Amino acid sequence: MKDQLKRWGAVFILPTLIAFAISFLVPFVMGIYLSFTDFTTVTNATFVGADNYIKAFTDNSDFLNALWFTVKFTVVSVISINVIAFLLAYLLTGKIKGTNAFRTVFFMPNLIGGIVLGYIWQLIINGILGSFGLDITVDASYGFWGLVVLMNWQMVGYMMIIYIAALQNVPPEMHEVAAIDGANRRQSLRHVILPLVMPAITICTFLTLTNAFKVFDQNYALTGGAPGKETSMLALDIFRTFYGSIGREGVGQAKAVIFFLIVALIALLQMKLSSRFEKDE
Amino acid sequence: MVTRHSYRWLVFLLLLILAVLFIAPILIVLMNSFKGQFSISGEPFRLPTKETFVGLLNYRNGIEKIDFVSAFAYSLFITVASVSVIILFTSMAAWYIVRRKSFFTKFFYLTLVFSMIVPFQMVMFTMSKIANVLNLENPVGIVLIYLGFGAGLSVFIFSGFVRSLPYALEEAASIDGCNPWQMFFKIIFPMMKPTAVTVAILNAMWIWNDYLLPYLVIGSKYKTIPVAIQYLQGGYGSRDMGALMAMLVLAVLPIIVFYAFAQKFIVKGVIAGAVKG
Repeated sequence: MKDQLKRWGAVFILPTLIAFAISFLVPFVMGIYLSFTDFTTVTNATFVGADNYIKAFTDNSDFLNALWFTVKFTVVSVISINVIAFLLAYLLTGKIKGTNAFRTVFFMPNLIGGIVLGYIWQLIINGILGSFGLDITVDASYGFWGLVVLMNWQMVGYMMIIYIAALQNVPPEMHEVAAIDGANRRQSLRHVILPLVMPAITICTFLTLTNAFKVFDQNYALTGGAPGKETSMLALDIFRTFYGSIGREGVGQAKAVIFFLIVALIALLQMKLSSRFEKDE
Repeated sequence: MVTRHSYRWLVFLLLLILAVLFIAPILIVLMNSFKGQFSISGEPFRLPTKETFVGLLNYRNGIEKIDFVSAFAYSLFITVASVSVIILFTSMAAWYIVRRKSFFTKFFYLTLVFSMIVPFQMVMFTMSKIANVLNLENPVGIVLIYLGFGAGLSVFIFSGFVRSLPYALEEAASIDGCNPWQMFFKIIFPMMKPTAVTVAILNAMWIWNDYLLPYLVIGSKYKTIPVAIQYLQGGYGSRDMGALMAMLVLAVLPIIVFYAFAQKFIVKGVIAGAVKG
């Protein structure tokens, strides 16, 4: 069997391997190499050392601004999305009428793509601001909170579904035992339920963390970075460095590598934390 | 008991208000899609009146301006073709990787998992250059690229399933003279159906809504729905808000229809995709 499998290897693995090499593996390795070079078309690269990395921070403050904006946006979104999603899940696992209909409605926005979401919310937010004679590009804080609201609208239902699944796994006896021991609603939530759904909280936190950190479409459609580049997140800033300016491909690639390293660090942290939970169980 | 009862009503009311707030943005866009293009930006919350109602004019304008019919066809073709190819090839690869257990397959698996955490911006420039050199800049070529980008998550989910399968089954089949090809397509693949549905839904949602990849690879010639909508917005001259509203409605409509029919599978698939760890 093992030998036969070896002979059939090409058939089973080659299609995926070739596609993976073309779209990810080779571009990834090239990307790392090119971040240390000056280039416009990949083939005309000249080695410049860490120059691009220095330029990413020193040419202008775009990258640092985008990084700061992204961090702020991510922190606010992660907290608000998870708090709202958990509360919704908690309410919906109680005996409330129409639970399924509510779930369906809350989850639905998650299926809509970022570009479409961006324009839907642009209309709504500009409509509200319009009655004060303003629009979303007047001040960066409008774009910031607009993005937060959009992100909540998109992700809350998704996280809610995960929290519901976790809450339903809490054995009903736990509530009874807590009640017999004299715990009230809040105490039983805090000391009985929360610890039991901790793994779900970890999953949801990291899911929202990486999703919020990597936002591009929503940012691009809602504000496009306006006013100026003040509401540009990292992904949009990298895109603009590549395609919105001339001769800065190397800097764009260096920014992309830094972006990748931050995301990888978050993923590593997640792996560490989740494996700790598995050991605890 | 009265307090318990009224508590439930209060929660119900709260959820109802939230549900209305959740649907409202889409309904507002729908409402505005029937208003004249100059009566939208200033007053998006006002219902259409006799003066502002334009019937299906925005839809006709929008469909013509961005060639919505082609955009829909490209989106549909690319999504269906990519998802089919991903299901077929990544399930084969996942089974092979799990059963073969050589240094190479282990290494390949690790790089696949690794690719899941790499943001698209890291490879977008070099990937689109390679796509250009290899003549992949068409709706068929992009399917190969989606196979490559979808491989990480898909192989990961499929191989999780393969690991849960008892090996004895395959041993028995091999004694009966099954070669790996027959073994996979007659025994393993049919058992993978529920997993395949999950993988299909996760990939379909991603590819249907994807903007940057199709924009960079085929965007100048073949516009998928998100690319076409962005083009309408960023195109030349003044922006036609009416057409934009109508196109947003047409972009959301297929998703809602799909959701209505496959809700159970979608929710299940999304949970499975989340727990990928």
